[in-house]
Amino acid sequence: MNVVLLSRIQFALTIGFHFLFPPLTIGLAWLLVMIEWRGWRRNDPTWVRMGRFFSKILALTFAVGVATGIVMEFQFGTNWAVYSKFVGDIFGAPLAAEGVLAFFLESGFLGLYLFGRGRVSKGAHWFSILMVAVGSTVSAFWILVANSWQQTPAGYVVENGRAELTSFSAAVFNPSTLPRFFHTVDAALIAGAFLVAGVAAYLLRKDKEDGLARAALRLAIVFGLVVSILELFPFGHIHARQVAHTQPEKFAAIEGLYSSQSAAPMVLFAYPVTPPPQLKAKVEIRGVLSWMAFGDINAPIRGITDFPPENRPPLWLTFVSFHNMVVLGLYFIAAMAWGTWQLRRGRLYEGRRFLMLLIVSIPLPLAACQLGWMAAEVGRQPWIVYGLLRTSDAVSTSVPAGDVLFSLILFGLLYLLLGCLYVYLLVREIRHGPPAPVTAQA
Amino acid sequence: MDLNTIWFLLVGVLIAGYAILDGFDLGTGVLHLFTRDERERRVMMNAIGPVWDGNEVWLLTGGGALFAAFPPVYASVFSGFYLAFMLLLVALILRAVSFEFRAKVESQGWRRAWEIAFGVGSAVPALLYGVAVGNVLRGLEMDATGVSTTLLGLLNPFALLIGVLGLAMFVLHGATYLALKCEGALQERMRRTASVAWTLFIGLYAVSTASAYAVSPYLFERWFSNPLTWIFFALLLASCIGGPIAVRASRFGRAFVASAAATVSIIALAAEGLYPRLVPVRPDLAASLTIYNASSTPRTLTTMLIIALVGMPLVLIYTILIYRAFRGKTVITSESY
Repeated sequence: MNVVLLSRIQFALTIGFHFLFPPLTIGLAWLLVMIEWRGWRRNDPTWVRMGRFFSKILALTFAVGVATGIVMEFQFGTNWAVYSKFVGDIFGAPLAAEGVLAFFLESGFLGLYLFGRGRVSKGAHWFSILMVAVGSTVSAFWILVANSWQQTPAGYVVENGRAELTSFSAAVFNPSTLPRFFHTVDAALIAGAFLVAGVAAYLLRKDKEDGLARAALRLAIVFGLVVSILELFPFGHIHARQVAHTQPEKFAAIEGLYSSQSAAPMVLFAYPVTPPPQLKAKVEIRGVLSWMAFGDINAPIRGITDFPPENRPPLWLTFVSFHNMVVLGLYFIAAMAWGTWQLRRGRLYEGRRFLMLLIVSIPLPLAACQLGWMAAEVGRQPWIVYGLLRTSDAVSTSVPAGDVLFSLILFGLLYLLLGCLYVYLLVREIRHGPPAPVTAQA
Repeated sequence: MDLNTIWFLLVGVLIAGYAILDGFDLGTGVLHLFTRDERERRVMMNAIGPVWDGNEVWLLTGGGALFAAFPPVYASVFSGFYLAFMLLLVALILRAVSFEFRAKVESQGWRRAWEIAFGVGSAVPALLYGVAVGNVLRGLEMDATGVSTTLLGLLNPFALLIGVLGLAMFVLHGATYLALKCEGALQERMRRTASVAWTLFIGLYAVSTASAYAVSPYLFERWFSNPLTWIFFALLLASCIGGPIAVRASRFGRAFVASAAATVSIIALAAEGLYPRLVPVRPDLAASLTIYNASSTPRTLTTMLIIALVGMPLVLIYTILIYRAFRGKTVITSESY
């Protein structure tokens, strides 16, 4: 195996594993902002205990997220030195801004939030979880700025063998930054909602903590419905339109549009086969894709065969990951809508089968995040910076393949261990349940 | 002062900030390996529990700032030290999860395992940072593809000496911090450790400076004519005299200021020797990466400077407020690790 492939596998492994944790952190942090607010303002011991319970899960998730995030800050330099030199003038700035404007905020205030209960005023304690939520969201913004610049570079010229900044605002607000930011952060909120809903459902099934579990489930279901709908429309729709307009190869690949046509169909189901690029067992609706992407059912859209083979992204993985993400997105809306309906009918807490469904659904938003990320990043291939630098030309030239293989195995084993321990400790924490009520004042 | 020099200073400030803040966390981790009493180990971990994570952000931000301001340095040093860097990352990952993981299960074996992870995860970076600095001060061999040094090449005697100096510095700083945060027998032991660490630190610094003169004389080219040298040297001297006295007198607040000042001074003195180079190249010094030939464009440097000037004062304000909330002796409560 060569250095390029090994470095790509290592990057995919390290960022894929890392990307399990920040969405949960962001989603849970915002839910805790609501939970702690209620506990503080209404002086309600149930909500205070709920806050303490979920803050333990937040702490565990945050710790693994931070630990695996350290790698990301340095891996561009260790494994992608040519890339780092080429994009440093633009790409380094958002990473540094993320540190200055976000990491300090979330890490500093997380310490205050976790250890400060009773040490600082209740208002200051609530403010600390708010700052954790704000910090983690700002962090998502800057990292998406950096990544979006790779997708749709803007505000630069290529001079002196590198991309040089011409406009910071154009680079930051490049065409894909905002669509991807809203789509990704909303996905994180869905992940948080399903976690809280699943945990509450577990407590209800075990007949533990009835009042607390019902309140948590109610919050998670209603919040979850809102964010799940928003994820499809407008955020998902806007993002897909942006890809259609700015990265036509990626759009053709994820949508499974292999030959250029007007009144392009939306493929609902198919099995992609290559070569030659074709879809088997296809179910499609004519004109819908043209209408969704360009507002006209007859609009022509370029198919993948319209692009030179050396510029085409892998077709199977992009199509399959994108479509499965959409299926999961629709499932999230359906599940939360059903839950809200049951809540209105007053049957939410007794529907044991639905509660079970919520429990097993906890990891699904994370699966959707991974699939969406694969569609986005694999869809950008063969470019590391779309149209400017190929992935195959971007690796560190001074690092031998053996070294990368060694570090890949090292991270593989370490992350396997961390993943197992995280799940074990998470399940343990949930089984353990919320802290016992304090008779005097929590 | 030009923009490139300002960024040299800012990256230096981030590194120094990291060394004095996460420095005591790393020192605590190393010292905690040599503590036999489980309760004491718990106090030590909790002494840094609420703040270590924020402290580590100085490293991440320093990495980001280096990437933004001097991309070729970020790229060539990090890829050049590949295996050492991977080792460092694994250690930092283990350290980062050890707090949460350890606290979750009440079993002796489990807790001991994560205590060792915390200790080793602190000791490895505490040593490797100095080794990395030592190699940069010594100068790196480069060819067209980048830094051409093997892992064993990085472990040369001079770099190891600087590594040990760094380790002594972190242990000194950690022991002083623990003496400040703890009470009773543990405090007394940390006081004595700090006392010994001061002697080691002073001795190692003298040997390191003499060795640096032999290995990389160019570090001293402008050293003596620069007034900053004398200012930082005076600060170092004052800390090396005042620090041990404060430790002996159990004035740990002052002792902590002294060990922090000593840390800042030796970093400043090394940075000053390097300036304007960032990565000296041996044997052809003219090929070195400097703050001018390895910098980002003035536009990026200016933009980043604005972000830093807006962001860092805020960071300093709330960091101070958070430290104030946790001031005083470490006590074990239901919220502790």
